Amino acid sequence: MQKIIELKNITKSFDGEVVLDRINLDIYDHEFLTLLGPSGCGKTTMLRLIGGFETPDEGEIVFLGETINDVPPHKRNVNTVFQKYALFPHLNVYENIAFPLREQKVARDEIDRRVKEMLSLVALNGFEKRNVTRLSGGQQQRVAIARALISHPRVLLLDEPLGALDLKLRKDMQTELKRIQQTTGITFVFVTHDQEEALSMSDTIVVMDGGRIQQIGSSIDIYNEPVNAFVADFIGESNIIDGVMLEDRRVRMSGHTFDCLDTGFERNEPVDVVVRPEDVDIVPPECGMLRGVVTSVTFMGVHYEIIVDINGFKWMIQTTDFVDVDERIGISLEPDAIHIMKKSEFSGMFGDYSSFSNEFDELNEPSPDAESEERG
Amino acid sequence: MSRAEKRQTAAAMQRAALAPYTVWAVVFIVVPLFFIAYYAFTDDNFAFTTRHIVRFFTATSEVVTDAGAVREVRTYLLIFFRSLKLAVISTIICLLMGYPFAYLISRASDRAQKTMITLIMVPMWMNFLIRTYAWMTILQDTGLINSLFGALRLPTVHIIGTEGAVVIGMVYDYLPYMILPIYSVMAKMDVKLLEAARDLGCSSAGVLRRVVLPLSMPGVISGITMVLIPSISTFYISQKLGNGKFYLIGDAIESQYAANNLHFAAAIAFIFMVILLAGMALMRRLTGQRIYGGA
Amino acid sequence: MKKTNRFSHLYTALIFAFLFAPIAILVVFSFNEAKSLSVFSRASVKWYRELFRDSVTLASLKNTLILAVAASLISTVMGTAAAVGINKLRRKWLSAAMDTVTNIPMVNPDIITGISLMLMFVFVGRFFGLATSLSFWTMLIAHITFCLPYVILQVLPKLRQMDPSLPEAAMDLGCTPMRAFFKAELPEIMPGVITGLIMAFTLSLDDFVISYFTQGNGFQTLPIRIYNMTKKTVTPKMYALATIIFFVILTLLLVTNLIGDEDAAPKKRKTRR
Repeated sequence: MQKIIELKNITKSFDGEVVLDRINLDIYDHEFLTLLGPSGCGKTTMLRLIGGFETPDEGEIVFLGETINDVPPHKRNVNTVFQKYALFPHLNVYENIAFPLREQKVARDEIDRRVKEMLSLVALNGFEKRNVTRLSGGQQQRVAIARALISHPRVLLLDEPLGALDLKLRKDMQTELKRIQQTTGITFVFVTHDQEEALSMSDTIVVMDGGRIQQIGSSIDIYNEPVNAFVADFIGESNIIDGVMLEDRRVRMSGHTFDCLDTGFERNEPVDVVVRPEDVDIVPPECGMLRGVVTSVTFMGVHYEIIVDINGFKWMIQTTDFVDVDERIGISLEPDAIHIMKKSEFSGMFGDYSSFSNEFDELNEPSPDAESEERG
Repeated sequence: MSRAEKRQTAAAMQRAALAPYTVWAVVFIVVPLFFIAYYAFTDDNFAFTTRHIVRFFTATSEVVTDAGAVREVRTYLLIFFRSLKLAVISTIICLLMGYPFAYLISRASDRAQKTMITLIMVPMWMNFLIRTYAWMTILQDTGLINSLFGALRLPTVHIIGTEGAVVIGMVYDYLPYMILPIYSVMAKMDVKLLEAARDLGCSSAGVLRRVVLPLSMPGVISGITMVLIPSISTFYISQKLGNGKFYLIGDAIESQYAANNLHFAAAIAFIFMVILLAGMALMRRLTGQRIYGGA
Repeated sequence: MKKTNRFSHLYTALIFAFLFAPIAILVVFSFNEAKSLSVFSRASVKWYRELFRDSVTLASLKNTLILAVAASLISTVMGTAAAVGINKLRRKWLSAAMDTVTNIPMVNPDIITGISLMLMFVFVGRFFGLATSLSFWTMLIAHITFCLPYVILQVLPKLRQMDPSLPEAAMDLGCTPMRAFFKAELPEIMPGVITGLIMAFTLSLDDFVISYFTQGNGFQTLPIRIYNMTKKTVTPKMYALATIIFFVILTLLLVTNLIGDEDAAPKKRKTRR
């Protein structure tokens, strides 16, 4: 596959704060690539750099082999779908979509043909004369997409386009976008902070935090084999426990030795152990590999969300079996339920379910003595 | 009181607060306008007459052209069209000068914008009599410009007392009123729209022409209104910069007032008001219809 | 657009020069020793001294200030009350009628407003057999009339932007409707009220045409005094007056600008994504 965009050692700061830190990324032709991360991680800046609305302080942006750092947006073969659509209020649907073609002085019947083609693609036939300000969010969204695609750019940049839509419409639009991308074969670079969205739509996900790329991979890779605690916590729910890798395929955590599948670590290397809540089996306490006391049970419809205190660390378990609060239970883990990650700067920051948010974490912050008791 | 009752009482009380203003507005805004009509259509004994209205249209006087010939003209019609002409010229000049200026300011940094707008407001708040007078001294035959020209050994120019001088005065006095509404609309323009236009292939000129211009139209209309109307009705500028040679509508009204011909003054004012209303209605029809198509 | 920077700077500078040149000339020549307004002889402050000895001008200044303070206060109170009421109107036609009437003094040329009021006052005066129908009071009425729309224009948007649940919360917590207004709504719209007050004040200070037509009884305001001064030959004394006015206005605007900075919208935080 051909590389269509390469970001080489890109660094960008605003007001003295580093927003992108030596980013290297290759984007391949025809792929649906998502930049995923929390607010402030740098993903939108990266998008704007590709679009030409910002210039990097250091590094190169290469498009099909040519450096385009100094090429202005209107000369790049890249188009953007803006977060709030940025439709021109003084033009109707037809004219909004035809805008780039009119700028290129394309012939009138050619414009007509292509606009109608685009309207079909986004399922807005018959909307030509409508006033864009009176369209629904989803409709405006589709006009923005049609407008961005009509001049056949090689790459389409989408800046959190589905954020303003309600849940069901968002799901439909996700399917639509995926369909359009596959039909046209255009490379999509999609920015979002919603990990479910990323998982469902992308060929490749780039997880970012603090201006750095944390992990690049397919949805399955990222979900099953997160590379550090941040990624593990950002994607889905994870229990992240301190452990020691005794040898290949054997790890000790919380006082018990488990069989697992990972290799490549040093003997007795301290590691972060990831166990997804849905992979934990509840067994009678006597049969359990670990034992603990249930502290809360919440009915979520699809499953129960159970918080268990195991040796001072709060685990989350998702199960369809009901248990009572204050019940003593045992847990059992299959080898493939355990995923080992190297220690990183994120170790210790995530994975304990005393609380879900940062704010409450700070409220619950134990004294330094208690923390060292939790380890191992 | 229940919550809903309280809310309704509050609303009713607030509506009642409108009463003083309503009375005031009727008595001091609406009724006086009828007085103009009343005086316009009556004579000194307050009997009905259309004499004054007719006089506006039929009064004639003799005018000596530059060539020395003597011509008879419809006095007040001439005055009216002259006022209109000068006002239109001034408005166009204000627009041509002000539009790019407003655009450039709106592209500057936030703080620079604030400073510049404040600076523009300074001449607005300075007494316009004084500002006009200052121009008079600049444009005099013995004024600053000619002194400057003299020092540079250029021939002296006779500007004062020409229509050009009046136009300069009007442009100077009313330029800020053109700039501010246009700037206000431009400043509120969504930056993302401009980025989108560039993203889709517009050069800077294209963005200006295809996005900024159409979207700034409401500001332009506002500015035109705020310059045109005062320009037509001014009376001081023409007196001072026109050296008393050009009578404009405002001058006509003022001089009739000074001569205590209140009824004729009212007649002129009335006709002027009617024309003004007609013009505004026309503008609203023309611009109220924004069509949502077209490149 | 970096390339057009130099051109745009030049253009902007030219326009500013155009706007400020006459003012600069005013200031310079106010310090002229000679009587001339176009030939500078020597620097002197004699005209300023003359200005302060000119009792007529000083009286007119006092008159102007009294008038402006009275007109702005009254129009602000009435205008704020009006805006509050307009905000709560339910019937569309009434709202529209209010809008139109309020717009009239703003759109009408000053001369029409002035003439119309003058005619009414004269007529009423004659009707009641009064000796003079125009005086300070007629001028005050006229000033209030043209200030009101601007006050309403400043206060009404603030009312509309205000969160309606604020007074409701106040009433919920035990306030009567009246107290809820003063404790919850008024503080929220205060910036608009203050701005309206300042606008009314400056409009009244600066008005010439309407004052000219509604003046009477020898009550002169500063603009009228200036007009009369310019009917005869003008000495730099008037320029001295103008210079003082200029610096007062400049200071006023700069001050309100700085205050405005505090409750201006917070600078757009550069969002980093």
